[in-house]
Amino acid sequence: MTRKAEWLRNRYPAAADRLSAYTTISDLDIEPLYAPEDLPQWSYARDLGHPGEFPFTRGAYPSMYRGKLWTMRQFAGFGTAEDTNERFKFLLDQGQTGLSTAFDMPTLMGYDADHPRALGEVGREGVAVSSLADMETLFADIPLDQVTTSMTVNCTASVLLAMYFAVAERRGIGLDKLGGTIQNDMLKEFIAQKEWISPPEPSVRVIVDMLEFCAQHAPRWHAVSISGYHIREAGSTAAQELAFTLADGIGYVHAAIERGLDVDSFAPRLSFFFNLHNDFFEEIAKLRAARRMWAKIMRERFGAKQERSWLLRTHTQTAGCSLTAQQPLNNVVRVAIQALAGVLGGTQSLHTNSMDETLALPSEQAVLVALRTQQIIAEETGVTNFVDPLGGSYAVEALTDRLETDAFDYIKRIDELGGIVRAIELGYPQKEIAEAAYRFQQQLDRGDKVMVGVNKYQMEEAPPLELLRISNAVERKQAQRVRERKQARNAAAVRAALGTVKQAAHDGANLMPPIIAAVKQECTVGEIADVFRDVFGVYRDPAWI
Amino acid sequence: MAERPLRILVAKPGLDGHDRGAKIIARALRDAGFEVIYTGLHQTPEMIAESAVQEDVDAVGLSILSGAHMTLFPAVIELLKRKGIDDVTVFGGGIVPPEDIAELKNLGVKELFTPGATTQQIVDWVRANVPHRS
Repeated sequence: MTRKAEWLRNRYPAAADRLSAYTTISDLDIEPLYAPEDLPQWSYARDLGHPGEFPFTRGAYPSMYRGKLWTMRQFAGFGTAEDTNERFKFLLDQGQTGLSTAFDMPTLMGYDADHPRALGEVGREGVAVSSLADMETLFADIPLDQVTTSMTVNCTASVLLAMYFAVAERRGIGLDKLGGTIQNDMLKEFIAQKEWISPPEPSVRVIVDMLEFCAQHAPRWHAVSISGYHIREAGSTAAQELAFTLADGIGYVHAAIERGLDVDSFAPRLSFFFNLHNDFFEEIAKLRAARRMWAKIMRERFGAKQERSWLLRTHTQTAGCSLTAQQPLNNVVRVAIQALAGVLGGTQSLHTNSMDETLALPSEQAVLVALRTQQIIAEETGVTNFVDPLGGSYAVEALTDRLETDAFDYIKRIDELGGIVRAIELGYPQKEIAEAAYRFQQQLDRGDKVMVGVNKYQMEEAPPLELLRISNAVERKQAQRVRERKQARNAAAVRAALGTVKQAAHDGANLMPPIIAAVKQECTVGEIADVFRDVFGVYRDPAWI
Repeated sequence: MAERPLRILVAKPGLDGHDRGAKIIARALRDAGFEVIYTGLHQTPEMIAESAVQEDVDAVGLSILSGAHMTLFPAVIELLKRKGIDDVTVFGGGIVPPEDIAELKNLGVKELFTPGATTQQIVDWVRANVPHRS
């Protein structure tokens, strides 16, 4: 009998346990004790390595936050381009170190502000950008060669990136000077976030066009941010988040190699985006497992040769779905703990949610507390003095191993189905997530899992917070502007530019050069999305319950 | 003879993809014995009203998390009226501030569930408040 088994039998008072079972929020069993027996074949060199060394379990870089803090990057966008530009400047003034742009639903789905489908949605969930003029206003007075910018946009990512590049060009900034990230991860859209125009195959083709274009012309730009965040928000477990995200990554790498790209030419520009949920150690283990798994996948499965190609660098965001509308001040505490998990897990970039985000887009007051939370972790707690301080913890290492095993099992299943695109067409990840979401809701309804203020410690509500309100005037103003600009353009040049985009879409030529040319002619997001609808077809929700 | 089960259309209007709630509610209502039709995402008010007619439902549940509730709920109610089926019970859920809830109820939305509502509460409410259409 091992010492642990002996201790469990003779010492551990199981009868006095508070709960009948101990599990993570994702329902992984937690043992009473983690000890050397839990890491039987474990090897420091093989399974951990030092920070900055394969397989990067302990961190992407040798000195981590001793060298450079993570980028503090608050996702922001609402109303008109002027409104959001003002918020950007406020955040930079308050010590934020990177920008992150939230676009409104019409922009994200490829409709201009004057389209009937945009009615009621302009500027509500993000900033309205219909054409290049809006993009210029959005980034007015922002030094694009000094600040890195992230843009959360997917099915219209090619158009928004083209606009960003065009703005830089007009200011005399070369594309090689631009640093930033565009989310551009369509596979997770079909799995979780559900913003799409065309079916998976042509959507992946556009992404590979962008990978190829950026590898050649914008070498500091991350052309895709492979995202688990939305997968988790849709209700997945931690292992599912890990598995489906890396499976999406495998899908992109595979498609780019099929195109004939050398894996080492684009792999270093792939970036990731994970969720930071409530379960503290599970989240830390998830980020550590993600780095180790990706390093193995890139080196062993795809034969990447450069160390930079093996490296998983990630943005993280605290879990929106963990926040409560009830007693919203409590969200400040949740966010702080989730953010700490991100830092202990070794994130490169972080967004902390604002306390009011279950109720509305964040107010200036709320976003300031969220940013200060990061600054407190960075500069008061002392955790940044250590590199992977939890490395070697029996519990954290065992949990890291467990998540890796579970996630590789899912990836194996996806490979057996014929790869991630096929798995998505079959609804496999979608159904797995819906199942997990339903199970979690039942656990909440029964009180098996606790949300403070929701199913435990409820109370009469205090007056609600002062919320950000988006006026209906925003929509009228933006729609009017778009109509006026469409009138003022050179109609023949617009037609010709859209024709060139259509031709490239048909021929399989790289779409980025004609899209950049089109946005310079003030072709709109909606018009270019119409070309995609026309050539690639429209994807409809299979509406699985 | 046992009464026929209520038919409920769970609908997701708007451009956003937040379908976690709609799918959980659809499944919970189905598990509770109702006949549930789920529209899927990105529905226009016209598409929803048309489905309500085609599927001959007793109630329409709308899930809205995009902030466009003050546009979309009234549009659906108006279209149901125009199609002559204003006896369909309309209810909904999502992120809707209290002052908007009051206004939407005035416009004819029978009930609104906000974050934290349990599936059981919603099932119980449907049982108690949705009449069969004749």
